[in-house]
Amino acid sequence: MNILSFFGKRSESASVAKNRLQILLAHERADNGTDAALISSLREEILAVVAKKIDIDPDAVRLEMDRDGDVTTLGIDIELPSARAS
Amino acid sequence: MSNATVVVVTSGKGGVGKTTTTAAIASALAKEGYQVCAIDFDVGLRNLDLIMGAERRVVFDLVNVVRGEASIKQALVRDKKLSNLYLLPASQTRDKDALTEEGVASVISELRMYFDWIICDSPAGIERGATLAMRHADEAIIVSNPEVSSVRDCDRIIGLLDAKTKVAEDGGRMPKHLMITRYDTERAKTGDMLATDDVVDILSVPLIGVVPESKDVLKASNVGLPVTLSDENSTPAKAYMEAVRRLLGEEIPVTIPEEKKSLFGKLFKGRAA
Repeated sequence: MNILSFFGKRSESASVAKNRLQILLAHERADNGTDAALISSLREEILAVVAKKIDIDPDAVRLEMDRDGDVTTLGIDIELPSARAS
Repeated sequence: MSNATVVVVTSGKGGVGKTTTTAAIASALAKEGYQVCAIDFDVGLRNLDLIMGAERRVVFDLVNVVRGEASIKQALVRDKKLSNLYLLPASQTRDKDALTEEGVASVISELRMYFDWIICDSPAGIERGATLAMRHADEAIIVSNPEVSSVRDCDRIIGLLDAKTKVAEDGGRMPKHLMITRYDTERAKTGDMLATDDVVDILSVPLIGVVPESKDVLKASNVGLPVTLSDENSTPAKAYMEAVRRLLGEEIPVTIPEEKKSLFGKLFKGRAA
């Protein structure tokens, strides 16, 4: 710890808070439900493609979105039926 | 028949700590190994996602589920630290009637099949959102600050819990727990603040926990972690974890964890103020 941080440098957590709010509000101001609509249609189409090859439970496909400052990532989680069940 | 318990966290007044309490209790229960879901009922002004650090991953919400636009499983956001903790976010819609009585009933009954604990974060006020949040509860946690307007509003909420809930309409009595937040031991000692006993006396609801005023609550919300996860040794975390043990049926005396005074604080005690 240096002498500057000892004498009340701006707390680390406050800058985390500011950053989180900037990312969130940028998305909230711009978003008009497009994320949800996109995810819904992607899910339907991915489900259809996978279902051609494997018999899956529609509930076993999960799409997760993670919005960061510059990048938004999309995670697709497909639970495959176990060998015994199929 | 499921063994799920639905708990509503409510207060009437805004800003007393309902969302902080919901996040803290839900994650403390998850840490005990239970399957836990926290639901934000504050449609239009959601914040539980932010307090739990899940705001970047919200896609669907409670209103999407009620309207049939998404399944519950799609809308649930899993906590990034605890895989048995989930959040069902509120919607940001301005439509006041977005939630329907039947819709909420079916969401809760489906969640009962997947979870051990369902913690409902009520919006402030006594309008539709607040009554829907408490409607299907099995138990209630009433959050109050040791301050007159907050205590008065809690009394009104207690009236609603005994009249407008499913439990009450079926002739039962809703078990209630009082959580006092933003408590300042020093000021209560000097008589400048209502003491816990005063609040318990007035409301006649048994105490489940006393959370001291603490800078750790703000710090935890800054980084998006429930206070019970951000620093287990902080005074609010200890208070909430103790409250959870009582919620689970343990009979332990209520203690008020105190902040450790710094050396400076001790030296100047009595001189400032």
